[in-house]
Amino acid sequence: MKYKLLSVALGAAIGFTASAATAGTLDDVKKKGFVQCGVSQGLSGFSNPDAKGNWSGLDVDVCRAVAAAVFGDDKKVKYTPLSAKERFTALQSGEIDILSRNTTWTATRDTALGLNFAGVNYYDGQGFMVRKDLGVSSALELNGASVCTNTGTTTELNVADYFRENKMKYEVIAFEKADEVIQAYDAGRCDVFTTDASGLYAQRLKLQDASKHIVLPEIISKEPLGPVVRQGDDQWFNLVKWTVFAMVNAEEMGVTSANVDSKKAGSPADKRLLGVEGNFGKNLGVGNDWAYNIVKLVGNYAESFNRNVGPDTPLGIARGVNALWSKGGIQYAPPIR
Amino acid sequence: MSSDISDKADDSSKVSIWNDPKARGIFFQVILVAVIAYLVWALVDNTIRNLEARKIASGFGFLDTTASFGINQVLINYTEASSYGAVFIVGLLNTLLVAGVGILFATIIGFSVGIMRLSKNWVVAKIATVYIEVLRNIPLLLQIFFWYFAVLRAVPDKRSKASLFDTFNINVTGIWMPKPLPQDGFNIVVIAVLIGIVLAFIVKKWAKKRQAATGQQFPVIWASLGLIVGLPFVIYLISGSPLEWAYPEFRETGSRLRMGFQLGTGLQIIPEFLALLFALSLYTATFIAEIVRAGILAVSYGQTEAASALGIKNSHTLRLIIIPQAMRVIIPPLTSQYLNLTKNSSLAVAIAYPDLVSVFAGTVLNQTGQAVEIIMMTMGVYLTISIVTSIFMNWYNATMALVER
Amino acid sequence: MVQNYVRTKMSPDMAPPATETGIIGWVMKNLLSSWLSVVLTVFGAYVIYLIVPGVVEFAIVNAIWVGKDGLDCRSIADGGRVQDGQAIGACWPYVQAYFSQFIYGRYPLEERWRVDIAMFVGVVSLIPLLIPTIPYKRENAIFLLGVYPFLVTILLTGGNIGIGNGAWGFLAILMVLGVGFVVFQAKTTQSIQISSGLKIVAAIGVAIAIVYLALGFDYGMLDVETPLWGGLLVTLVVAITGIVASFPIGIILALGRRSEMPVARLVSVIFIEFWRGVPLITVLFMSSVMLPLFLPEGVQFDKLLRVLIGVTLFSAAYMAETVRGGLQAISRGQYEGAMALGLSFWQMMGLIILPQALKLVIPGIVNAFIGLFKDTTLVLIVGLFDLLGQVQASFTDPVWSSPATSHTGYLFAAMVFWVFCFGMSRYSIFMENLLHRGHKR
Repeated sequence: MKYKLLSVALGAAIGFTASAATAGTLDDVKKKGFVQCGVSQGLSGFSNPDAKGNWSGLDVDVCRAVAAAVFGDDKKVKYTPLSAKERFTALQSGEIDILSRNTTWTATRDTALGLNFAGVNYYDGQGFMVRKDLGVSSALELNGASVCTNTGTTTELNVADYFRENKMKYEVIAFEKADEVIQAYDAGRCDVFTTDASGLYAQRLKLQDASKHIVLPEIISKEPLGPVVRQGDDQWFNLVKWTVFAMVNAEEMGVTSANVDSKKAGSPADKRLLGVEGNFGKNLGVGNDWAYNIVKLVGNYAESFNRNVGPDTPLGIARGVNALWSKGGIQYAPPIR
Repeated sequence: MSSDISDKADDSSKVSIWNDPKARGIFFQVILVAVIAYLVWALVDNTIRNLEARKIASGFGFLDTTASFGINQVLINYTEASSYGAVFIVGLLNTLLVAGVGILFATIIGFSVGIMRLSKNWVVAKIATVYIEVLRNIPLLLQIFFWYFAVLRAVPDKRSKASLFDTFNINVTGIWMPKPLPQDGFNIVVIAVLIGIVLAFIVKKWAKKRQAATGQQFPVIWASLGLIVGLPFVIYLISGSPLEWAYPEFRETGSRLRMGFQLGTGLQIIPEFLALLFALSLYTATFIAEIVRAGILAVSYGQTEAASALGIKNSHTLRLIIIPQAMRVIIPPLTSQYLNLTKNSSLAVAIAYPDLVSVFAGTVLNQTGQAVEIIMMTMGVYLTISIVTSIFMNWYNATMALVER
Repeated sequence: MVQNYVRTKMSPDMAPPATETGIIGWVMKNLLSSWLSVVLTVFGAYVIYLIVPGVVEFAIVNAIWVGKDGLDCRSIADGGRVQDGQAIGACWPYVQAYFSQFIYGRYPLEERWRVDIAMFVGVVSLIPLLIPTIPYKRENAIFLLGVYPFLVTILLTGGNIGIGNGAWGFLAILMVLGVGFVVFQAKTTQSIQISSGLKIVAAIGVAIAIVYLALGFDYGMLDVETPLWGGLLVTLVVAITGIVASFPIGIILALGRRSEMPVARLVSVIFIEFWRGVPLITVLFMSSVMLPLFLPEGVQFDKLLRVLIGVTLFSAAYMAETVRGGLQAISRGQYEGAMALGLSFWQMMGLIILPQALKLVIPGIVNAFIGLFKDTTLVLIVGLFDLLGQVQASFTDPVWSSPATSHTGYLFAAMVFWVFCFGMSRYSIFMENLLHRGHKR
């Protein structure tokens, strides 16, 4: 009662009141009619708004896929841009339903912050970018370098570990915002710019002359990036988890947004995925055509990857470890059965 | 008849308890206390519940955890293996450093510009006016960005340098200069400085007494200078110059990455510090200049005329008559400008200067997620600085105040 | 016989020496009056020489005025289209291309008329308020403070804000308390009549209900979420909301600080000194990462709203000190006169003291507004895009990347802020002179 009263006072004083939370995120989402998705403040290929404010990217596709699964409409998503600092608070406080913001899955975050990682939609690792004219070809030659990075990320810790481990001197300049890092690097304040390798490719587009910079071959850390939900809500956790799996499974089975209708009459596995057979959607709390909607509206994992970060995009990232397990990568989804 | 009146008066003094201002005051205050207590309790209760529900750790145990990240300007011994507690100290000292130096610069610039604006020289007065009106009306954050991002592109790059007397060098990594290395026996010089300061105070007191008694003046300033600077210098020479200078190493050969100044040699002032310092002192100086101008104008011109009539020298008029009176007007707003500068130093977070807000309320908060404790500690530091500064300035103000009969 | 050595005619006036009049005289007096002055003049001229030509060359002489992307602001050697060897100044086409973003942020193109209307109505109703000779100040102020904020809220967000049962419940509680208070006051002090008191309570209730209904009504306008707001729009929203909302809180705090009730005084002093003692940036951090923890489960605020709360509390403390200055300037006799007339505390404050005190602090409020206007740039640190944030975000657009882009952007932002702040500071000085006229002898 007292909480209600306070919320009433606070809410009414300002004219906005929030809906009271119920036990399940899924029910909440269905009731309000959209998925509130926490994204970055602009990282090409992962979550980036265009001039009209339409969001696109690999991380955004996860949110669209969840909306497609719940509503059969991938447009029913609202986006909240978050800084690295705010992202977990926003999720914990219920401001957002999913955090899909190139967030690394670590033990602390998974266990101590009340979060659950629902899967990995991009296997990343931390890399270094330097100017070509430095003549450096390996990260091990970086002794004495000054390094620009972001605060509040795992990269700041990794770089400290790496330089200490290899007994190299370094100077770290850590900025609050990603854009400031790239600006300072471009101004020549640092020799090295370090972040997740995918971020290096994305941020490189913002340099004055991208061709004068190279990304070094070393990857100094494991950075599995994936969508995050609140701990303690298994239904929602399952839905997000299987949304990611469905996209990977669809790629593996050759189901694409183009052929998804004809695949409805395909193999038994196709039928199970697309909801012709079985009750998998019902078990998740959504319609049985959930995966059909995901593939139809958003596409499978390969489509999403190629559209946002793949070789034909400005980022030009090869599949590498993000290829399917059957094609030399490590993207692997449990079967829908 | 008279008893009647007194009866009535007695009646009216027995107002009902609702009309008694005292009772009403107590009543309202009780309600106020109750409402505030409820609000505080609700906030604390909510927070505790939320922390539990979201499984966020609480308490100050995190201060002992290893920080494992690097900081590019540390005034104490700090490595990646130090704790978050050490990060707090590092950040605090960095904040105090930039605020202290900033206050010094802002005061010097502010007083000069304030006096310049009153100058009879047209060019000088106009320059001061334009400087004040331009910088005062542009947001500080924008000025910090300008000094950091725009000026940074204009200085020599990391592999080259611009030098002054071959001692002070500047490039994109900051200003590099020789670092003093006190040798054994340097302590004695430090002690000499302290003795010099004490002696200077004694001389000042004695001179004042003598002037009051005999009217004879004593060159206190020169004597103090001799005691504070001259005495230690003589001792420094006698004790065999126990101070060495470590010059920064500038490499022009070898691999391109290793060219330029070598980290850890000489004294490096990082560009983040410089940008913040310039922006803070130039911005705050505009306000101080206006305060100084207002303070001097507040001293009535009759004072100057009276001083001239008494035949007091111009320089003495300014130093002994105008300034002491102006200071009384100047000090209170000056205090709040000093506090503003200190608080504004938190904008360091925008350009990666490792101040308290940047490393503690920034990085540590991100690593641990313990928002409540960290923000509270950070705010506590600023509040403490505010209160201490206010107390000091109030004391100073009291000593400067007009002693009225 | 008349001695003729007394002159009967005035001798003709001699021209003043050349060093005292005309340009030479002015120069001698203002520039070269002493050796020190000569040195200072030379020094000043050198400073001007150092700064002015550089700025003029960058902003005007060498500036690029037309172009379609960043390459038009780069030399050929650098991969662009400008002849090598030609000096490159500011890249103005970049500002042109981004201009609408700097004003509206990413507010949807087809909905920008709403922002335009909000700004237009604001300007049209503000200008007559600022000019002292125009009448209907009271009505104008009521519109600007009582109606306009809700109008803007509806226009900018699109209305249709969910007014929960809680809000109605709050209104009901407020009404019950109000009625109780009126009855209580009337029964105990007879200072008000029940009927008139109830009328006031009812009027307040109806006003709040109308606001609720107006905010909650579905106008069929597109819902524009606050993350899409940006540029000058956010700067103005934050600064104006901060000042307007902090005004009543500031007055209450100022009265509290001068109250004779020790608890009220203590609470006000602690509140004021707390917010004045901490930097705005920590307040913003607090509102973005701590406020969600303070709220009961299920209650959340939009990020912009959280920032607005933080900014309002922060500026309320400064506002309180400004208002307190005004209260202290009112002579003791005014208070005593009001009390002698038998006015209650609120009557005394509302009818006698505050109208005089608030008029005195208009320059102070304008100055506080200037400060807040400049401080809104800090919201970019917590990830809102105000004018400066929007300018900074545009630097990373590869289309317009050129060596001059960031300098141009900063110059543009500086000019906009400067024009606003300088204009307001001139107005503040104008009001100050106007208000002091009566007191100066």
